[in-house]
Amino acid sequence: MSKYKVNLKINNIPISVDEGTTILDAARELNFKIPTLCHHDDLCVAGNCRVCVVEQKGARLLPASCATPVSEGMEIQTNSLKVRQARKHIVELLLSEHNADCTKCFKSGYCELQDMSNDYRIGDHVFLDLVKEEDKVVDISSPSIEKDDSKCIRCQRCVRTCSSLQYVSALAVTHKGNEMRISTFMDKPMNDVVCTACGQCINRCPTAALTERNYIDEVFDAIYDPSKFVVVQTAPATRVAIGEEFGMEPGSRVTGKMVAALRRLGFDKVLDTDFTADLTIMEEGTELLVRLKDALVEGKEVALPMLTSCSPGWIKFQEHLYPDLLDNLSTCKSPQQMFGPLAKTYYAEKVNKNPADMVVVSIMPCTAKKFEAERPEMRGSGYKDVDYVLTTRELGRMIHQAGIDFEKLEDEKYDSILGESTGAAVIFGSTGGVMEAALRTAYELVTGREVPFTNLNIKPVRGMEGVKEASVKIKDVKPEWSFLEGVELNVAIAHGLANAKILMDKIRAGEANHHFIEIMACPSGCIGGGGQPMPTNMEIRKKRAAGIYEEDEAMTVRKSHENPEVTEIYQSFLHEPLGHKSHDLLHTHYYPRKRH
Amino acid sequence: MTKIKELVKEQAEKHGRARTSLMPILQEVVRSENYLSEEAMEAIAEELDLSTADVFGTASFYTFLDTVPRGKYVIRVCKTITCHMKGKDEIIRTISDMLKIKLGETTTDKKFSLLQANCLGWCHKGPVMLINDEVYPEITPEKVTEIVNQYLKKG
Repeated sequence: MSKYKVNLKINNIPISVDEGTTILDAARELNFKIPTLCHHDDLCVAGNCRVCVVEQKGARLLPASCATPVSEGMEIQTNSLKVRQARKHIVELLLSEHNADCTKCFKSGYCELQDMSNDYRIGDHVFLDLVKEEDKVVDISSPSIEKDDSKCIRCQRCVRTCSSLQYVSALAVTHKGNEMRISTFMDKPMNDVVCTACGQCINRCPTAALTERNYIDEVFDAIYDPSKFVVVQTAPATRVAIGEEFGMEPGSRVTGKMVAALRRLGFDKVLDTDFTADLTIMEEGTELLVRLKDALVEGKEVALPMLTSCSPGWIKFQEHLYPDLLDNLSTCKSPQQMFGPLAKTYYAEKVNKNPADMVVVSIMPCTAKKFEAERPEMRGSGYKDVDYVLTTRELGRMIHQAGIDFEKLEDEKYDSILGESTGAAVIFGSTGGVMEAALRTAYELVTGREVPFTNLNIKPVRGMEGVKEASVKIKDVKPEWSFLEGVELNVAIAHGLANAKILMDKIRAGEANHHFIEIMACPSGCIGGGGQPMPTNMEIRKKRAAGIYEEDEAMTVRKSHENPEVTEIYQSFLHEPLGHKSHDLLHTHYYPRKRH
Repeated sequence: MTKIKELVKEQAEKHGRARTSLMPILQEVVRSENYLSEEAMEAIAEELDLSTADVFGTASFYTFLDTVPRGKYVIRVCKTITCHMKGKDEIIRTISDMLKIKLGETTTDKKFSLLQANCLGWCHKGPVMLINDEVYPEITPEKVTEIVNQYLKKG
């Protein structure tokens, strides 16, 4: 349907835009930046903060540009005296209810309200300070998310994120009038409600009302403790995002610089979660083939489709909302949690360290990983497998603190062992990546040939569509896999929990014909994770995804089963996928949790 | 199935399970139970496929949808300007002294709760109070003593 064009003037410049465009978007097309707080490109219109007000010729009131569509002949001023004064007052009013202890605040330098207040040179307190003392008690019950109501400006980005992107609604608008706040069921602590710890609310919070629990000091303490041997692992998605913390373009591939920075921070060994991503493919791929064999040959009742288990926010979502489908989840731990126990067993032995003296730190694009590391099951090594989880943002902060000039660093390589990886591992960072990596390996395992896609790039599983479906015909299989001859392997991929729900409802209703489904809790997968640099929007996430796929193409080995360290660990330690050792160290189980 | 769950289910059958049924169901539960317990809100969320935070968010917006237990008789004195000027503080003090409870509290025998309400729309006949659904306009400390005494006798 072709859209009608609407003609208007913004700051005296004529422009013609599609009917239904907001004044804000029309102004953006002319490169006029109107400040916003409650508005977010990923979310529906709210129109509650009012900082985006503009002056419309002939109108008595100042409309909110984010919530007002253009109309024919409109004349808009985005920075008139009236607008400037109104905007200043609005920011002052917001500040009167905001605990502006900027020097102590974790978000200082990253806070949208602080930026705006700087831009408008808000100095004196024009209005009475209305911050309530009781709101200054920060909720630190969750290992992932801190909630500080005294910083909240009630823009409701978090509420919209939690409901429309994630279908969780752990946060809601509660009470009214001057008591109105963003809260949980019965004002319970964050750790006691359905929160999946995905951190998407943090990514969109304009202030520090929602932040990650940060463990920077604990990690520095460990680094400077001479009795500790501190190893660090880095998740795939961090290497295309950490550059943003230093003003680089989203999607800049800075793997080598990140390794160099970690070494300069003082980590004893810099290792890679990508190695255990490859291992995940071996374990999870085998698990899928075993399930298919059980179903097709043995005629056993097996839970299909099998669901991936790399994303701890997704796991917690399923435990809360779909506990009846827990058997469908792969029993594989996530790459982070495979790394932990291997570091404290296999690796500790190789480097001759006492696991009791080891500290395993992860750099993750994720806040749910902090929760995951605290799960009581995650002690396969006999110790806490992963000691501290830092987000990409926290690592950025550490590098700033240490005075390391990130952009100027020379590329360095990961330490060996547990540092070798493949292109298949790095694409774990983007939606569809686990599926692509699994297909590259499983198809070759079964047929002896590479997947039938140009240059190993399985395009149908890539891209930012909420739910993707694809099928791969398996033919001319090796004799031992004869039961798969001619089978059409149906797969699906969802990212963002609201999209996951679509697939889960299908499975529940018995309408899903898939064999294997990849789900990532965060929009666009880990590159859009709750621990990634801010801001976030589709454009930024697409750039990061492009970085991920470039990184893949640049690797010499691009299939998990060809990772030489993976071959080595199966020969000398694990012996076989799904074997006894794997069962003890690399697999886990899940627990139903309450939805309501 | 507990009594609350049965009640919620029955109400969901009656009003339907769309989000728009949330209000009438909340009202029915309060009518029958005097307040919305956690269990009741959880049951409503489950029936209507909402999150509990959403149910609580809606309930907490409305003064009359209590989320803490209240007495058999809930006294609500209008707190807005006109009733304030006409002496609602004295009314509250009188009730408070009689029942030995402060604002927001419930008597130990769970018979009375004493609360304030936003404007009840009786500004021309203030001060005004509600006892459950009954309106008492143009009250004085003397009148209020008499009214509360009647309720005390009622049991």
